[in-house]
Amino acid sequence: MELYSLTLHELRDLLAKKEITAKDAAFSYTRRIGKLESDVKAFVTLTPNATISMMEAAEKAIEEGKAGPLTGIPLAIKDNMCTKGIKTTCASKILANFVPPYESTVTSRLTDAGYVLLGKTNMDEFAMGSSTENSAFDTTRNPWGLDRIPGGSSGGSAAAVAADLCCAALGSDTGGSIRQPAACCGVVGLKPTYGRVSRFGLVAFASSLDQIGPITKDVEDCAIMMNVIGGHDPKDSTSADVALPDFTRNLKDGIKGLKVGIPKEYFVGGLDHEVYDAMQEAISVLKGLGAEVVDVSLPHSDYAIATYYILATSEASSNLARYDGVKYGLRADNPVDLLDMYRKSRSQGFGPEVKRRIMLGTYALSSGYYDAYYKKAQQARTLIKRDFDDAFKAVDVIVTPTAPTAAFKIGEKTEDPLQMYLSDIFTISVNLAGIPGISIPCGLTRERLPIGMQILGRHFDEETVLRAAYAYEQATDWHTKKPLLSE
Amino acid sequence: MTYEPVIGLEVHAQLKTNSKIFCGCSTKFGQGPNSQTCPVCIGMPGVLPVLNKTAMDFIIKTGLAMNCSIEPFSRFARKNYFYPDLPKGYQISQFEFPVCKGGYVEFMVDGKLTKVGLTRIHMEEDAGKNLHEGIEGASHVDLNRTGVPLMEIVSEPDIRSAEEAAEYMRKLRTILRYIDVCDGNMEEGSLRCDANVSLRPVGQKEFGTRAELKNMNSFKNVAKAIEYEIKRQTQVLEDGGHVVQETRLWDAGQSVTLSMRGKEEAHDYRYFPEPDLVPVEVSKPWKDAILATMPELPDAKRARFVSEYGIPEYDAEVLTLSKAMASYYEEVAKLSGQPKLASNWVMGDVMRELKNDAIEIEDCPLEPARLAGMLKLIEDGTISGKIAKTVFEEMYRSGKDADTVVKEKGLVQIADTGAIEKLIDEVMAANPDKVADYRGGKVALFGFFVGQVMKVSGGKASPAMVNDLLKKKLA
Repeated sequence: MELYSLTLHELRDLLAKKEITAKDAAFSYTRRIGKLESDVKAFVTLTPNATISMMEAAEKAIEEGKAGPLTGIPLAIKDNMCTKGIKTTCASKILANFVPPYESTVTSRLTDAGYVLLGKTNMDEFAMGSSTENSAFDTTRNPWGLDRIPGGSSGGSAAAVAADLCCAALGSDTGGSIRQPAACCGVVGLKPTYGRVSRFGLVAFASSLDQIGPITKDVEDCAIMMNVIGGHDPKDSTSADVALPDFTRNLKDGIKGLKVGIPKEYFVGGLDHEVYDAMQEAISVLKGLGAEVVDVSLPHSDYAIATYYILATSEASSNLARYDGVKYGLRADNPVDLLDMYRKSRSQGFGPEVKRRIMLGTYALSSGYYDAYYKKAQQARTLIKRDFDDAFKAVDVIVTPTAPTAAFKIGEKTEDPLQMYLSDIFTISVNLAGIPGISIPCGLTRERLPIGMQILGRHFDEETVLRAAYAYEQATDWHTKKPLLSE
Repeated sequence: MTYEPVIGLEVHAQLKTNSKIFCGCSTKFGQGPNSQTCPVCIGMPGVLPVLNKTAMDFIIKTGLAMNCSIEPFSRFARKNYFYPDLPKGYQISQFEFPVCKGGYVEFMVDGKLTKVGLTRIHMEEDAGKNLHEGIEGASHVDLNRTGVPLMEIVSEPDIRSAEEAAEYMRKLRTILRYIDVCDGNMEEGSLRCDANVSLRPVGQKEFGTRAELKNMNSFKNVAKAIEYEIKRQTQVLEDGGHVVQETRLWDAGQSVTLSMRGKEEAHDYRYFPEPDLVPVEVSKPWKDAILATMPELPDAKRARFVSEYGIPEYDAEVLTLSKAMASYYEEVAKLSGQPKLASNWVMGDVMRELKNDAIEIEDCPLEPARLAGMLKLIEDGTISGKIAKTVFEEMYRSGKDADTVVKEKGLVQIADTGAIEKLIDEVMAANPDKVADYRGGKVALFGFFVGQVMKVSGGKASPAMVNDLLKKKLA
């Protein structure tokens, strides 16, 4: 067994027993990256210097008996989380050479826990997209089929975990950007409750929806990562000051008697029949584990996409105003005046999807339209949130497909943004409601492409979500399936 | 037709917090460019604002001092526009839900109590400064000021003259300084004012079209700019024209307001709630805690000075313009036991000397105790009011106390009947013809005799006694 194929908890046990060194672990991954990265293109930046110095720090910590929960674990970080002294591009031309002079809270927590950084992963530019095709640099390939998209926007992170190019990774999820690529790549991805994980240092797309979370090889790894990255941060006013449980504590307690809701609105039109069949199979597995499956209704689901694309783009239009060529990032050459400098820098620096969303959001916030769009969308958001609140009075978790189809082909939807937006139809409501949701593998299509199941929970109840996911995972072997990649 | 000016002011007051509103950077004025910045205030990717609680305390205190309702729920909003001194491309401000609503400020204009209503007071962050001077082919941006907390105090259109506007500004500054939330320095820009000015025919209810005046960096300029604008708009209307809604800049050099048309584009600020900050809920205990730190405010102090010290309303108003002046007066009044005399001296000689030396009362070289000592000497008849002028000047310059000055200069008042009678005899002997004229009916000569006696006494004779004794002797 190669070290790179191990889960985080397996690798950690070997390190703890000193059967392997941090160097063994890191080099297993760097060798694997050396062989496969040119096929998968999961990374924007590989960070060999950081890898070596952090690996050495891990060795020292282990030697001195000061190992933390992630000491010596090689991880990859989505390239929209600021890493001090290491380029953070958001896969955008406008930030192609941006080196943050500060560290994001999540990566500094990972550093305190002893992690080893392998590199910064590819994504859709500014996390806007569902396929990584909006990256200004390259499109990441799905390890299960190199002609297919890995999902997005955290496609680089999901592909890196699936291809064993890292032990686990961090992604960010504004409308499904952790869960949908996790589903496409057959790995585990959790979007925590809004406010559970600090956003400080996460380059903002839509501030009221963005949330950082882990992408891992199994559910236990996900719980371990959450223990490290979760919790209140005084630098983020929207991070909740609530107690952080030990997410591994009740993980293995089973789901006997757990009430599982199945929303009827998620099992209609547009849902691929193989996905539908896999979901039915998964639901019967849950029943077999003692869960009580009941129908629930989320009546405002139809409004989710429209609501999301007004609110997310409105916030984005403002969040991305700072990329103006004045202080950092790309500045166009030879502008004739200030306005020309803004125009040229932003025209050259942003890709088409980002521009599209900036324009949408600017329009939605414009005087005369604000009430009809932004305000209305806020009201719809409240209704969508209320749907979940009501449903969670009757059930403990809600189970849905993560995405309507398995990974599609590269280029298949690039000409039709609306079709692309529908990739997130099952994940978007969750961000609007602010609740936690996980995607775990629950099947393979005939073409051997992964299918993901989404499990949603109440605000700040990631524990139950993880427990349900763990029970299902252990009862099936989907999480042990690997893409067939030749080195 | 007679027109009535309708004026509303938007005043920006910089809060005296040590650190900026959303980060820990210092707010100190006059430091090297960009020396007081961090990733948060310069708007780098991924950073987040965290509200400075002291800034909230200060705006709540201001609202309470200006009779506002402190809103239980307030929220920040983003004001979106592009400018190089605005690093995030938006200013964090407040829109729908300001911290304070309503309220009013009262002040005296020409001895008349005037009241101006407030619409709201909201909080926002300051922008930076673009630097163009002395740089060839480039402009620089200094972001030290970016993120300094500001309050915007918006008045109702209740002001009716330039003088009222200036007095309103003065009163705002007085209150802000009393509660110690803003240093009120207009020249340094810690207090800034924009004025909305319009005219309407007397008796008409609807407002006319307004112009917004900017760039008035002193009380004097606020009054002059509004004065000018009223005249300009009157002329436009009388010539049958229409006032254009626009922003006009006050040019202090030429003493005119100039249109900014063409330089400024119409802005759509696309306000929306700031998603990076949670709404602020001001609880009653929070409000009460701030109320507990509230000093006596100028209006209350003025009323107390009138009732407690029996001084005129006008004196009380002037003496309470600054907290330091009020304390100075009150100490002199208490130590001397002569509140009215104290008021005369503080408002007269003390203020004149301060003005001559261009210093504030805080730096007055004459301590209240020494002034009070001199007032006691006047009261017990040791020195006359006239001699006191000399004593005052000497005290002010030398730092000596009144007793010492009086002794050293031999300025003790002559209050001995025999001594004064002797002086009167001398004067009468030297002016026999005048004595004859006086006794012959030219009573107007009495003043001449008083003057002569005072003169030969070297100004030291008690004026009251001179009067009495002269009347007897000349009779």
